[in-house]
Amino acid sequence: MEETDKRKPGLAGTESPGCSHDACQPGVTRREALQIGGAVVATALTSDFIGPSVAQEPATAVLEPGLYESASVSFTINDGAVSLDLDPRMSILDMLRERLFLTGTKKGCNQGACGACTVLVDGRRVNSCLALAVVYDGSTIETIEGLAKGDELHPLQSAFIEHDGFQCGYCTSGQIMSGVACIREGHAGSPEDISYWMSGNICRCGAYPGIVAAVQQAASGERT
Amino acid sequence: MKSFSYERADTVSDAIAASVRGFRYLAGGTTLVDLMREEVELPERLVDINRLPLSYVRAENHRLLIGSLARMSDVASNADVRRLHPLISETLVEGASPQLRNVASIGGNLLQRVRCPYFRMLDAPCNKRNPGSGCSALQGLNVGTAILGTSESCVATHPSDLAVTLVALDATMSVRGPNGDRVFPVADLYRLPGDTPHIEHTLLPGELILEVQVPAIPYSRNARYLKVRDRSSYEFALVSAAAALQLENGVITEARVAAGGAGTIPWRLPAVEVALHGKEPTRQSFEAAAEAAMDGVKPQSGNEFKVRLLPRTIVRALEMARDNT
Repeated sequence: MEETDKRKPGLAGTESPGCSHDACQPGVTRREALQIGGAVVATALTSDFIGPSVAQEPATAVLEPGLYESASVSFTINDGAVSLDLDPRMSILDMLRERLFLTGTKKGCNQGACGACTVLVDGRRVNSCLALAVVYDGSTIETIEGLAKGDELHPLQSAFIEHDGFQCGYCTSGQIMSGVACIREGHAGSPEDISYWMSGNICRCGAYPGIVAAVQQAASGERT
Repeated sequence: MKSFSYERADTVSDAIAASVRGFRYLAGGTTLVDLMREEVELPERLVDINRLPLSYVRAENHRLLIGSLARMSDVASNADVRRLHPLISETLVEGASPQLRNVASIGGNLLQRVRCPYFRMLDAPCNKRNPGSGCSALQGLNVGTAILGTSESCVATHPSDLAVTLVALDATMSVRGPNGDRVFPVADLYRLPGDTPHIEHTLLPGELILEVQVPAIPYSRNARYLKVRDRSSYEFALVSAAAALQLENGVITEARVAAGGAGTIPWRLPAVEVALHGKEPTRQSFEAAAEAAMDGVKPQSGNEFKVRLLPRTIVRALEMARDNT
């Protein structure tokens, strides 16, 4: 049941059409719209498969577009192939955390300002919170979980430990993924360069000196 | 986030056809997805245009051609851009963060929405978000607002750095819509707020930006972008300036100057350019010319500092442009 919720967040009732603009159009009272929303929630909680057929049941109402839509997508994530159906609203961040249970990638601001959710998509660092997963169908995603080789940490992970590149640790996975890209891009030539090119990752603990030192060390060692 | 219908277009004509059916264009999404989550934007249908063949950057006949879906980071690092217009590279790298630049498209950059806090504050009046509701910034938090081109309806600045530089460089853009193609100066994309601040640009319904064209200038090495802000990277401009100088025999024979963070739209400063003509490139002539930027300046309660910061930013940008020689 819980799994059903995770598979269909759009149907789980958190975004019921009760107050939506379309459902409030002439012909659909708010009460009816709420009832429709309730019916969908009930179905979502009792059925393993929530497909387009559900959408056709309450045919008397104007339904919010897209509410019953899902998209089939595939990714290569940390060298593993993944296929799933998801709501077009789902970000890569939520897909990783809520559907694939890869919780190493963190949700900070959820608006592209802090960098905690940084992952690599087709080798490029992006804010996964602003990336709708459906848009990136077919891409290759690297997350913090994919960096270590077994028990052997990635050189930048080791460098973060060595240089105290964190305090609370919440921004750390984003910092490290951003740092890996920063080094690959060739933007880690000096502490000034590193500060500038890592500025999309905010650390509220202020561990910046350690972060810069860690990136510098990893950049001067073996290229990632 | 409200739910929406999603389609993916593989050709420009498919995308425009979807637009006619009521779909909004979705490119990098760094503005739109954010605003949808805040429920400032409520599109019911999105057509994903990211796979259209518009990600190119190339030089042709002394012009730089930039596809509207080229990403900021790819344009900034492109060899032709760095050769023909290092100013564009510098401007792009000064905007956003590496993560955002990897995703944000050139067309989306030009069409990004304002950063005035009230635009995102659903319970506050904002004429841009809710026409006729009033402007909260007039009496509220207005440190970041404009001093040029404002109206009683809206004082928000346009946040794009790139637009400032493209306007300074006389760039043009081509668009395609249900009724055909148009080409026009990037400067003509933007509308002053007047009493309709919710209408921000001159695109017709369904029109899609295809390409930006930037003519080469022989003095592209004497062109710089200066962005003054609260921290030295990853922040919107308090005031910025793009400046380019053609110097012959110790005299300025042509100048391009435009400002960001100051106007409600990217603000070209032709009066400053004229005042620089025939002058020696000294600090004194820069300071005298920058005074011409002050025509029509109208500060808000919290941003009077911009009245002094604007000419100083222009002077320093001009000095940087000169010293690149």
